[in-house]
Amino acid sequence: MPQQPVVILGAGHAGFQLAASLRQHGFEGAVTLIGDEPALPYQRPPLSKDYLDGKIGLDLLLMRPEAFYRDHRIDYLAATRAEEIDRARKTVRLASGERLHYRHLVFATGARNRVPPLPGIELDGVAFLRTLADTDLLRERLAAANDIVVIGAGFIGLEFAAVARAHGKNVHIVELTDRAMGRVVSVATSRFFAEAHARTGVEFGFGAQAARIGGRVTSPMGSRVDHVELASGDKLPADLVLVSIGVVPNGELAAAAGLEVANGIVVDGELSTGDINISAIGDCAVFPCDHAGGHMTRLEAVQNAADHARCVADRLVGKAHPYSALPWFWSEQGKLRLQIAGLTQGHDRTVLRGPIESGEFSVFCYRGETLLGVESINRPADHAHARRLLAAGRQISPDEAADPSFDLRAAATTRPG
Amino acid sequence: MPRVTYISQDEKATTLDIDIGTSVMQAAVLNGVDGIVAECGGSCMCATCHVYVREDMLALCPPMDADEDAMLEGTASPRLPNSRLSCQLVVSAQMDGLVVRLPETQT
Repeated sequence: MPQQPVVILGAGHAGFQLAASLRQHGFEGAVTLIGDEPALPYQRPPLSKDYLDGKIGLDLLLMRPEAFYRDHRIDYLAATRAEEIDRARKTVRLASGERLHYRHLVFATGARNRVPPLPGIELDGVAFLRTLADTDLLRERLAAANDIVVIGAGFIGLEFAAVARAHGKNVHIVELTDRAMGRVVSVATSRFFAEAHARTGVEFGFGAQAARIGGRVTSPMGSRVDHVELASGDKLPADLVLVSIGVVPNGELAAAAGLEVANGIVVDGELSTGDINISAIGDCAVFPCDHAGGHMTRLEAVQNAADHARCVADRLVGKAHPYSALPWFWSEQGKLRLQIAGLTQGHDRTVLRGPIESGEFSVFCYRGETLLGVESINRPADHAHARRLLAAGRQISPDEAADPSFDLRAAATTRPG
Repeated sequence: MPRVTYISQDEKATTLDIDIGTSVMQAAVLNGVDGIVAECGGSCMCATCHVYVREDMLALCPPMDADEDAMLEGTASPRLPNSRLSCQLVVSAQMDGLVVRLPETQT
């Protein structure tokens, strides 16, 4: 069993979980966890919700307190960047020049915000939301803002919009496509969320493209954002602009080391790269996904990060198995709780369970007669059952899904796969 | 400060003094008690902070809301009558002396 040094690049959900799982499974070798942010590893989901809102502080954001790393002999290197991998010598060169030897190297480098090439993107008052530092800055800006433009109606944009609106700010969301969260949810769910946000006073511009961000000179030192100009010529007043148009996987270091990178670091069904001494997990990894018909898939989700980490930890302690965990996701937008079980991309038919008007319903997404995934809105029991159902490879028919008297719980737990 | 005792699968007991208003999940994570995963960070979304509350102490805990009741359907270890999600057990003075048992697995 290779109980020699494991070096983990990236200290987000995936990297942290791998380090923790290795120790939990009794891995005895050295474990080095390298992160490029100054703080201890922390949870990202609350950044756009309770942390942004000031409901929780850094202490509750941390994955574990400092003592955990000491007690579990996890060598955490904060504010540290890896610059180069030498696969022949099995070393990682850090920005400091120091070289670390690995027996096994894991890319958990995550993703970074996509920055559009918009004139004015560099202006003061243009913000992003992914890291703790992003959020600290955004929180300060939010307090002082009046007119906010959000570019991109994905999870992050909508979660932020809900918080901003609750603070009484004017919020206008500019979305290039014709609907909210279009990349990940069904039309029915998109529409429901857009209408719910609109009822709280959020304004939407669908099919709208930001052309430039305009500023005004505020000091000899620089300019502040003043408005967002759309391709249509319309100008939206803005003293804060959140750019939330998705992320780009961090695969450059892997590519430079000669590993295959194609919308993420390419790995096999056990999350190993083409080099048996190197794995990739979490947002940065593109893997053949059982729940997407075996297609190469890259997911941005805490579940995916943590389950990838557990799978690689198992392999490193000699219990290798193919990765097969069911993907699931969640988003909290004001009072709306969206939970998704499975991957619904490519569905051609949806079935509603529960009345949309009640605000508590699920959308069962099918391709033909095959259930791909389930979106639950304020209906957590459906989500819990759907996860169990899909994870076990069980199916229910569209008619059963639509029938309110159908016992989803029983189907999830007892029906043969 | 109210005290809460966590009993692991191997019968190891850990007792923590917990600030009122902190959840049983948060205290475990902050103090390195293994056996609680809390993947969603306490949003009642994931059911990986499952605990079994000692039966005679269930009444000391805050009542279970519908979301928690629903998510308990998805726990990795069996749901029992004394199952709770520890992210929803916000500690109050009356919970002093609470004993929770950790399940075999959370994931």
